[in-house]
Amino acid sequence: MTAGAKSRRRIRPSLWLSVAVLAVLASFAVLNTAVAPYDALDIAFTPLEAPSLKHPFGIDHLGRDVFSRFVGGTRISFIIGLASSFFAAAIGSAIGLLAAYFVPLRAFLMRLMDAIWAFPTILLAMALAVSLQPGIVTVIIAVVVVYVPLFARLVYAQAIALLERDYILAARAFGCRPLRLLLTHVLPNLAAPVIVQATLTLGSSIVLESSLSFLGIGIQPPTPSWGVMIQSGYKWLETAAWISVLPGLGIYVTVISFSVLGDYLRIRLDPRQLSGKA
Amino acid sequence: MTGFLVRRLLQTLVTLFMVTVITFVLCQVLPGDPALARAGSEGASKELIEAARKDLGLDQPLPVQYAKWMGAMLTGDFGLSTRSRVPVTELFAQRLPVTLEVLVFAVIYALALGIPLGVISALYANTWIDTTGTVIAVTGVAMPQYFQGMLLILVLSVWLGWLPASGYVPPSQGLWANLLGMVMPAITLGSVVAAEVMRQLRSSMLEVLGEEYVQTARAKGVSESGVILRHALRNALIPVVTIIGMRIGRLIGGIVVIEVVFSMPGIGQLLMNSVLNNDFPVVQAGVLMVAVVVTLINLVTDVSYMFIDPRIRHA
Repeated sequence: MTAGAKSRRRIRPSLWLSVAVLAVLASFAVLNTAVAPYDALDIAFTPLEAPSLKHPFGIDHLGRDVFSRFVGGTRISFIIGLASSFFAAAIGSAIGLLAAYFVPLRAFLMRLMDAIWAFPTILLAMALAVSLQPGIVTVIIAVVVVYVPLFARLVYAQAIALLERDYILAARAFGCRPLRLLLTHVLPNLAAPVIVQATLTLGSSIVLESSLSFLGIGIQPPTPSWGVMIQSGYKWLETAAWISVLPGLGIYVTVISFSVLGDYLRIRLDPRQLSGKA
Repeated sequence: MTGFLVRRLLQTLVTLFMVTVITFVLCQVLPGDPALARAGSEGASKELIEAARKDLGLDQPLPVQYAKWMGAMLTGDFGLSTRSRVPVTELFAQRLPVTLEVLVFAVIYALALGIPLGVISALYANTWIDTTGTVIAVTGVAMPQYFQGMLLILVLSVWLGWLPASGYVPPSQGLWANLLGMVMPAITLGSVVAAEVMRQLRSSMLEVLGEEYVQTARAKGVSESGVILRHALRNALIPVVTIIGMRIGRLIGGIVVIEVVFSMPGIGQLLMNSVLNNDFPVVQAGVLMVAVVVTLINLVTDVSYMFIDPRIRHA
């Protein structure tokens, strides 16, 4: 099909833009207080002041600098996005590999994944987030549980096909142990789709975190998370839209950038193996 | 084919069983003690709490509790809400119409926007029309739903004053007001599905338009609209059916956020409040119900896919 070649050509400018956006946001996340002009929690300014040169993103309803809070929110989003997609990918891949290799475990593991996948993301995350102490770790756990089945199914489907290949049969015939077989012969061949899916999941987990925080069961105020900021500015939409619109645009731009990057990696790393399902 | 059906049904039964176990376990780890809630509040005496625990069957081993709970669920007895003492079934029955109405309008919106956009993007592939379509689709997926809802409220109600910002008017109190109130929730909820329908249809249309039977149809003098609508679209829609099936399950999850943003008294808001109030029976019943519905929709999608596409039947 020529679609791959076409999108490879089309994707370029948007790819560089996305990489640039992610680089800026990542530097916000890493440098945090070094970039933020003020303390994200400091109530020091006139509440609801419109954006100006001194306060590019304006002042919120309590008198805090919105840009400084935005920078703090970037850090939270990146921590949660990276940690949860990493753990979801690691745990999900392990489950997928186990289910593909050890036939007796297969039905149990894959039906369990189906069962978890049957719970709507938000509902499952809600139930988990409420059962534990609210905070970053809880949000990460909730997001990981929600996305583990995605990786387990992806890895399972690919591993099943791989295990039939001649080189695997050869390795087995030479007496290769299961763990070694899976880690050195199967896993490296699955790395590409997993990395692509993890990049796409980064965006989704940032959205999920912000939704939980928006509902009041994720990151707790006054910690500056983008979801918390949108929630707190909701009441001021009419008079001071910047309080929630700017962090909302932050999420939007971040998710798009990760998805452009993921699509690029999909074409680059692995044109044939991946299906279109995100 | 029968083999596939039987295997798929058995799989669904196992998944459903696990869904009930997960729900049960999930509610065991929820904070708050139902016995304490039953006995009154913090001040209740130890004996009273113990009596309540016995009364609720919480002193028995977990598997026994699970079996009893399952048995009750199967006979349609979902218990009473610990907060309002109203039967859970009644609470859900009151709120179901609101949620269903939003869902139906969301799906209608998704199809009404997604199908034409998908076809047009495929016909004008790699032009500015296609790019605009892609931008719309990407926005639908990448922007958090609650934020889309907020922006709609900001533009359509606060600035333009065209639509009510939130709330729900039952159809009995005015059909027009009811429909107006549905516009923004349906758009917000449906945008993700619209985007996915559009993207899927675009790529399958492109594939189908290159097929030989489309060439043949053109060659024998079928009009262009006939080729597109009768020959290409019908086949291109097959993968879209799966997308819709898979996404209806996800839509049900999104309803929580939508109902909170637009303050609609549906099942999503009921679940949200029950989670915050530790109202176990309601959470249990709600989460279970949603997961069961999603599992069944997946089954129906798989089976219907088999009927639509003979290649799968014979594979």
